[in-house]
Amino acid sequence: MTDASLLSGPAAAAASAAVVRKEAVPRAGAPVVVSVVADISERAGGVAPARARGAALRRVLLPWLLPLGLLGIWQLLSATGIISTAIVPAPLDIWDAAVQLAQRGELQRDILVSLRRVAIGFVIGATGGLLLGLFVGLFEPVRDLLDRSLQMIRTIPHLALVPLMILWFGIGEEPRLILVAMGSLFPVYINTVGGIRNVDPKLIELGKSYGLGRTELIWSIVLPAALQPILVGIRYALGVAWLTLVVGETIASRDGVGYLVQNARELLRIDIIVLAIILYAIAGWLSDLVTRVIERRLLRWHPNYADRANA
Amino acid sequence: MSGAEVSLRGLGKSFGSRKVLHAVDLDVAAGQFVSIIGPSGAGKSTLLRLVAGLDSATTGRIELRTRGHKADVRMMFQEDRLLPWRTVQRNVVLGLKNRERDAADILRAVGLEGRGSEFPIVLSGGQRQRVALARALIHEPDLLLLDEPFGALDAITRAAMQLLLEQLLAAHPRTVLLVTHDVEEALLLSDRVLLIKDGGIARDLSFDGPRPRHRGDPALAALKEELLDGLLTAEGSLAAVA
Repeated sequence: MTDASLLSGPAAAAASAAVVRKEAVPRAGAPVVVSVVADISERAGGVAPARARGAALRRVLLPWLLPLGLLGIWQLLSATGIISTAIVPAPLDIWDAAVQLAQRGELQRDILVSLRRVAIGFVIGATGGLLLGLFVGLFEPVRDLLDRSLQMIRTIPHLALVPLMILWFGIGEEPRLILVAMGSLFPVYINTVGGIRNVDPKLIELGKSYGLGRTELIWSIVLPAALQPILVGIRYALGVAWLTLVVGETIASRDGVGYLVQNARELLRIDIIVLAIILYAIAGWLSDLVTRVIERRLLRWHPNYADRANA
Repeated sequence: MSGAEVSLRGLGKSFGSRKVLHAVDLDVAAGQFVSIIGPSGAGKSTLLRLVAGLDSATTGRIELRTRGHKADVRMMFQEDRLLPWRTVQRNVVLGLKNRERDAADILRAVGLEGRGSEFPIVLSGGQRQRVALARALIHEPDLLLLDEPFGALDAITRAAMQLLLEQLLAAHPRTVLLVTHDVEEALLLSDRVLLIKDGGIARDLSFDGPRPRHRGDPALAALKEELLDGLLTAEGSLAAVA
């Protein structure tokens, strides 16, 4: 203190201040750093619900940003003449074409015909794939009998059968439906067999030790456990069904979205061709949406789906 | 005393050329709580699985004796093995029909009242094991087989589960075989501890004592020392072989 008292003025003040501050700092050396990670007071209708609503809104709107934005840019480029409408028509022209076709009733008719074809072919194919998959997955003798043959047939691209189908069944509805059914069958079949074979053997053992009979074991344990891969197969099969229909409807059709395309090509109506492509995209998106809703409903218990199902 | 009498005669099990159990003889009185401890790979779980009928023995005979009805045997595993697609209540009534009311009662008994309609995914590990216990107990088994059921739980949850098990058994006595690697757990819960070593019973300790037992009890501490010694020499002999 005697040294400090020798100093005068601001220097002395600084020295004594330094001593005081030194005492205020904890002994450990490094200064304490407080980071507030969360400080939330519970309030009814506070910030959190509003944020949750915002997130929900975003989840609904954000996926539309890209397609609608592209549409806007496309319209702009067409309107300014950067993209020639002789190559790709403007979105509004396509809309006009759609409205015209709808007024003549052709659009609705063709869409319904195509939907019907996909639905019938898909239901036949997916049901067949599911049943075959169940029998092959559950019963070893059936597996030994059928699996290799089915795997061989599976490797044939089903669209390669188009000429044969025409020779056998002519140009009526049958070849189209058979092709769609064949395309839908194998994705469902493979995923069903795989799903059944991958059921946790510990759960099977549990079921047996709790006295479940064979039927009950299949119904209560095997099928629910295999459900997720089966649904994946169904979702994939729907995609293949639409793909197959595109090809199937180019075979001398008199109606359907494929016919719309064929006809438009002959009349050089690019707007209608692009319209048909957009229709396929919407159809694919809608069918995916339906299966996803079903998936979420049936797999409520699943850790990967639980969160969203509750939201 | 209710529960099944268990008697094993010359029970042996081999996997290929590897003998896991050879010629085990064991008599368990009805209502007795027997813990089975031993180094890993000694054949504890194999013994339990044979008694449960999940695996078949290579040699020997297993007899369960009960009065007036066929012995009901239920097993609880280290994993809860709940069916994730069934609600808690529907897990409990697995293999049963029209027992929803009993399920609600038993869920209350294991401290999960009102949780019956939830899916297992929202439960904690301890809660899931409570459901598994309820699923076993709703059958009112004569013989309850527990294969390290609390092994994967944290210390506090495990202690709570041990207490719960003891309470439930005090209310409804039955024969219990518990496989555990926790010597203290064996001493807290059982009437008798078997030490299994090299596929046979190396030590068979029976003891009485007031329940609930306390971890600090000096008598238990002495037994614990003895069993740990037995376990460690068993591990030592394994090390010598290896």
